[in-house]
Amino acid sequence: MTALDWAIAIAIMVGKSLLVIAALLIYIAYALLADRKIWAAVQLRKGPNVVGAFGLLQSFADLIKFALKEPMIPSGANKGVFLLAPVVTATLALAAWAVIPVADGWAVADLNVGILYIFAISSLGVYGVIMGGWASNSKYPFLGALRSAAQMVSYEVSIGFVIITVLLCAGSLNLNEIIRAQDTKYGMFGWYWLPLFPMFVIFFISALAETNRPPFDLPEAESELVAGYMVEYASTPYLLFMLGEYVAIMTMCALTTILFLGGWLPPFDVAPLNWVPGIVWFALKMSLVFFMFAMVKAFVPRYRYDQLMRLGWKVFLPLSLVMVVVVAGVLKFVVNG
Amino acid sequence: MNAAAAFFYLFAGVTVASAFMVVASRNPVHSVLFLILAFVNAAGLFLLMGAEFLAMILVVVYVGAVAVLFLFVVMMLDVDFAQLRQGFLNYLPLGALLAIVFFIELALVLTTRFVDPKAFKAAAPAAPKPDMLVTNTEALGRVLYTDYVFFFQVSGLVLLVAMIGAIVLTLRHKAGVKRQDIAEQVARTKATAMEVKKVPSRQGV
Repeated sequence: MTALDWAIAIAIMVGKSLLVIAALLIYIAYALLADRKIWAAVQLRKGPNVVGAFGLLQSFADLIKFALKEPMIPSGANKGVFLLAPVVTATLALAAWAVIPVADGWAVADLNVGILYIFAISSLGVYGVIMGGWASNSKYPFLGALRSAAQMVSYEVSIGFVIITVLLCAGSLNLNEIIRAQDTKYGMFGWYWLPLFPMFVIFFISALAETNRPPFDLPEAESELVAGYMVEYASTPYLLFMLGEYVAIMTMCALTTILFLGGWLPPFDVAPLNWVPGIVWFALKMSLVFFMFAMVKAFVPRYRYDQLMRLGWKVFLPLSLVMVVVVAGVLKFVVNG
Repeated sequence: MNAAAAFFYLFAGVTVASAFMVVASRNPVHSVLFLILAFVNAAGLFLLMGAEFLAMILVVVYVGAVAVLFLFVVMMLDVDFAQLRQGFLNYLPLGALLAIVFFIELALVLTTRFVDPKAFKAAAPAAPKPDMLVTNTEALGRVLYTDYVFFFQVSGLVLLVAMIGAIVLTLRHKAGVKRQDIAEQVARTKATAMEVKKVPSRQGV
């Protein structure tokens, strides 16, 4: 290959990445609004309704507000690490979207080990939190960072086992192949949410804990830690933290869609349904999962820290471990035997 | 120079530089962060060699779990750096000796490879031929669970022993600490939890 070929290949890659990021950020702007609207509706409030019709421009107003405010760095803070932390959070969260197939074969990079890549990237998300908490040189952020480090590492374990059971059924680490393996004659009842229902539940709850969503938002429990590791942040660094958090939530929604809800597959392979492009199904399913995330936030009170740890290590870990053995046994002796 | 070579020099350069900074930086937290950078770049080197599975596992295990615990411990420690540096000269000869032994061993391995390639190949087990139809993960699984299944299980056993050892060393039952017993709470019924007392009038309980 000549230098020109390389240049073109890199330009295409950059273009694809920018397209994915732009689409994702616009989706998140409205997901954020939906989050607040759903929360408000559950509590019989109206939610944001002033900026634009029905508050549709609220997220953009917030963006401008964040970007225009003055960034503040505490005098005792470790300046380099303090500013690096939000950048790390946002970059890692966005990097996971490089491999997510939003329609048949539509991914920036179609990796053979796509699911491992996402798992690896999401396990790095904890660094932004720890670095932010430590570099702030303040008590509340540090306590928040310690909590979240323990929490995110714990729930990663059960997420790993859930992913293993899905991989056993799909027989591939490639995200496109995992979705194709769910394309059976049973339509939406052949997707893994029904055959692997306990794992679907475990994955959903672990995803809440992994992304620090309520009821597991202990790192930023406002009643005891003010805002956890984000206390000392303002302006754009804070915006990057929030952005990274919401992108990570979207990644988890997309991952649930891919692993359990058949990705871009239509519910049934019949005439009006399979005319709809795959990306629409993908976005709809992601929105459904996000709706469940938002409802949990509105309904469920926050867990106590020891309850959280107990749930992760004493309930989910043994359960998912047993399910790995059971699923492997069934596949070996019943399905393939 | 093609792109693969450029990326190799980038990853290798950053790995070596950050490995140096692990030792050189004054703040231990910065050391651990540089260690993480070195791990990530080593994963990049694996990717360049086509070992994508190893690259991802390196990131998941070392960066995602082990280094988090390192960082955790280092942040919690209140280290006095001036005191730490006083012992530096005492340990210098021992450290230098270890470094020299290690370098000689590395040099021996590398020189046999170039001086006598046949002997080198005879000593190393034959590498399986790259097969484009089999993915990285599948190839590893095939070798790990057939030829090396004994070693695989033994290493698992060693880890299990280490884990149990760590738990035994740290598990302590303090007396007088209130603990929540979920099973006990769930097993409570009306009969065990409530007591109805008939209070005779004008007498009290």
